[in-house]
Amino acid sequence: MKGWMGKFRALFLFSSLALVLSGCGKENLSALKPEGYGAEVILDLMILSIAIMVFVFIVVMAIYTFVLVRYRAKKGQENYIPKQTEGNKALEIIWTVIPIILLLVLAVPTVQATFDLAEESTKKSDIQVEVTGSQFWWHFEYKGQEISTSQDLYIPEGERVYLTMKSSDVIHSFWVPSIAGKVDTNPGDNENSMYLEAYEEGVYWGHCAELCGPAHSLMDFRVVVVSPEEFEQWVNDMKNVDPKAEPETTVAQEGQELFQNNCLSCHAIGSAPKGVGPNLTNFGDRTKIAGILEPTKENLVDWIVNPDEFKPGNNMPSNLVSEEEASKIAEYLMQLQPSKITPESAKE
Amino acid sequence: MSTAVAQKKGFGAFLWDYLTTVDHKKIAHLYLVSGGLFFLLGGLEAMIIRIQLMKPDNEFISAGLYNEMLTMHGTTMIFLAAMPLIFALMNAVVPLQIGARDVAFPFLNSLGFWLFLAGGVILNCSWFMGGAPDAGWTAYAPLSTTSPGHGVDFYVIGLQIAGAGTLIGGINFLVTIVNMRAPGMSYMRMPLFTWAVFVTSTLILFAFPALTVGLFLMMFDRMFGSAFFDVNAGGNVIIWEHLFWIFGHPEVYILILPLFGAFSDIFSTFSKKRLFGYSAMVFATVLIGFLGFMVWAHHMFTTGMGPVANSIFAVTTMAIAVPTGIKIFNWLFTMWGGAIRMTTAMLWSIAFIPTFTIGGMTGVMLASAAADYQYHDTYFVVAHFHYVIVGGVVFGIFASLHYWWPKMFGKVLNEKLGKLTFWPFFIGFHLTFFIQHFLGLMGMPRRYWKFLEGQGLETGNMISSIGAFFMAFGTIVFLINVVYTAVKEEKAPADPYDGRTLEWSIPSPPPFYNFKQTPLVRGLDPLWVEKSEGKKGMTPAEPLGDIHMPNSSILPFVMSLGLFIAGFGFIYQVDNIAWLSLVFIGMGITLGCMLIRSVKDDLGYHVHKEDLEEEGGH
Ligand code: HEC
Ligand SMILES: [Cu+2]
Repeated sequence: MKGWMGKFRALFLFSSLALVLSGCGKENLSALKPEGYGAEVILDLMILSIAIMVFVFIVVMAIYTFVLVRYRAKKGQENYIPKQTEGNKALEIIWTVIPIILLLVLAVPTVQATFDLAEESTKKSDIQVEVTGSQFWWHFEYKGQEISTSQDLYIPEGERVYLTMKSSDVIHSFWVPSIAGKVDTNPGDNENSMYLEAYEEGVYWGHCAELCGPAHSLMDFRVVVVSPEEFEQWVNDMKNVDPKAEPETTVAQEGQELFQNNCLSCHAIGSAPKGVGPNLTNFGDRTKIAGILEPTKENLVDWIVNPDEFKPGNNMPSNLVSEEEASKIAEYLMQLQPSKITPESAKE
Repeated sequence: MSTAVAQKKGFGAFLWDYLTTVDHKKIAHLYLVSGGLFFLLGGLEAMIIRIQLMKPDNEFISAGLYNEMLTMHGTTMIFLAAMPLIFALMNAVVPLQIGARDVAFPFLNSLGFWLFLAGGVILNCSWFMGGAPDAGWTAYAPLSTTSPGHGVDFYVIGLQIAGAGTLIGGINFLVTIVNMRAPGMSYMRMPLFTWAVFVTSTLILFAFPALTVGLFLMMFDRMFGSAFFDVNAGGNVIIWEHLFWIFGHPEVYILILPLFGAFSDIFSTFSKKRLFGYSAMVFATVLIGFLGFMVWAHHMFTTGMGPVANSIFAVTTMAIAVPTGIKIFNWLFTMWGGAIRMTTAMLWSIAFIPTFTIGGMTGVMLASAAADYQYHDTYFVVAHFHYVIVGGVVFGIFASLHYWWPKMFGKVLNEKLGKLTFWPFFIGFHLTFFIQHFLGLMGMPRRYWKFLEGQGLETGNMISSIGAFFMAFGTIVFLINVVYTAVKEEKAPADPYDGRTLEWSIPSPPPFYNFKQTPLVRGLDPLWVEKSEGKKGMTPAEPLGDIHMPNSSILPFVMSLGLFIAGFGFIYQVDNIAWLSLVFIGMGITLGCMLIRSVKDDLGYHVHKEDLEEEGGH
């Protein structure tokens, strides 16, 4: 893949195109600023196809402009009858054959890339994550590790992480534009797979890309890319979480009790199969609350009391607890920080 | 003409005339008016969408309402605006272009229209009856099958009925073109518009049944407890995607091909040249129609079909670019060496070329399966299909309406206002949609109620929304033009543009029997052939004689009304079994009408030779 693109890259047209395109968008969100293998392969393909298309467009527009300038009926020529040409075999063959060649030039790398990106895990030692889309949040389970998280997916830099994708309700689509393309999560047995290979540490934005209900546009998540050592540390920390650990302050202790009475039916802490709501084991380290809100205590209290205000149609009931109780729960949830490895570590 | 007559007879008679008409020219008016109204409605929905997305985190409308808006915008524009507007053109033009006095099945023609209208009205009733469908125009299961309320039920029933109308219309035109061509009008002498309608009708015949099946499955799932799309009961949601796109992709060509045909006629007329590479154009049209059935799964590259299927569909999709390219170059070379007249119809056609070329190019980009993993379901796709559907279909409809308006209504649309429609619409269109390619690549998925602050999407969305207002302005000018032309403009001659095809050989608008004597066709562009030999009009192929015409009938309207009533019965019987009575009443009416139609002989009537001779006097 890289080989043939390398040659092309030298071409002025390509590099200038790449330059123009890379001016677009935020680096942790834009497909035009690849920070991962999939996104890079695809950007190369995009640039190749754009270059071919721009070439075709220039040819069409050149003829077009010439025709429109040259052959407009002039004043005083109202009765002029142009020659009634039937066609031209040679020309017609040219504009059939050349496009076919151009398309072949695009088709070959397309097929290559399509197979390349469909690679599946072969080794037991590969990191494998089971991704589940749910209205309107994401659940991640690390296979063989007994780690469950939600909303923030931690992966090591430079390593292929193989994802298997499914849905617990309607179809969603898992998309991290700057690292890889997207794949749908289907309900039932139609499990899909893809892999992520990130080049740079960082926090990357992910979106749900398949209409899945009212809060579809708010079903955001993050991919947190940390160094391999940090990742190992994180895995260890997550494995050794004590879900019942007593928080330090009394407010938080009260919060813990309230949480256990009101929220545990849907929200697990510690490794557990996917529940009705997100796993909150490392909630204190979340980049956002529910994928969209800044992680402040104030926002958290508002969310707990009235989630529907922020994500219309989501499956967490409103007014489960009073604002005062919510504040205590928030105190408890915010201190759930089982690992020193946080999204902050990814930013260094 | 029809309005003048109506004033004499009073509004009641005018209404009755249109309710019962089987005249293809009047059915064209019906399609045009109802399709036009739905177009305005869909446009309004689009404006609401663009206002909602004008700034980040906007709360102009709620999330639920937004999903209804985007669903209804898509569904309305495709099924209730573009399709009927194309049927308006088909009805207005095809019989005239092949030298026929009507379509093969005038009764079915009328039935097709009323079914479409019944379906369209049912669908839009949802707004007032608890909420519109909200699962997107693609209605992917299980979002659609589990969507609460009756919204999606309205979608299923409305489209089922409207779709039946379309299927009937398609069959009718297929038979018309096969059987009703004037003497000498061989296939390879048919105008490109007629050719395109012929191919489109074939596509309708094969594509719509897939939708019908899909809708039935969904109807059973939602209303009668089946589980085709319920994974918990062994169903499979991907089946819907396949059924929908086996219909949905040919549908794109059903929409665009007739307008490719219209553009071909327009380029040729206003360049005063024969269409360049006529047989290649015909071949390309047929090939596009054929390949159109081989590519549906390119809408599903991210569904998880695997690399083999994805690659195959990527390559077949790219192949479609070849015949499309042939068309573009043939159009350019039709103008080459010609004498181009920049009428409004021509302006829309000229604007179509670069616009559609861009849409075609992004189409090839999307066909590249691996790359589609990024494009899919983003604003890049939204931009792409608006470039082909607005840039091709809507530009084409505007071009065709300006071109054939005199044939439909007896007056040429005002040129100044025509240009004032064109420029804001054209500029607004590119403002709205060009930037959306970039929005998509910058990480904005489609069908997003909100985009959040700080993602770099603000400027693009703002520009896009501003563009939408320009398009709305252009559309309003067109409406003004319609009224202005009706009031102020003078009656058009039979052949206002020095035309080439048969429709320009008879008065504008034509008498109800179209051709007093069936014309003899002696070549491609038959009228041009006669004119270039110094003749004024067509040579008749038959002596003047009695003309056989079909009788008007109210049955198609009543039949559709029956299905309309039954539709509500189906939708509401889920809540209360008593509603089933509406199903029985409605189906009773429809089946009763079918029975009447079957047992009652209706042989039509004759216009007598003497009357025709008299009319020839003035
Ligand atoms: C009926 C199940 C249910 C109950 C009970 C419930 N939640 Fe939730 N909760 C959810 C769901 C579902 C979500 C995901 C919402 C979304 O993003 O669409 C959620 C999300 C959250 C989030 C955001 C999680 C994240 O990863 O960002 C927090 C915090 C939360 N809930 C707190 C609570 C608290 C505190 C309680 C008890 C007062 C509670 N929930 C009770 C279902 C529940
Ligand atoms: Cu989703």
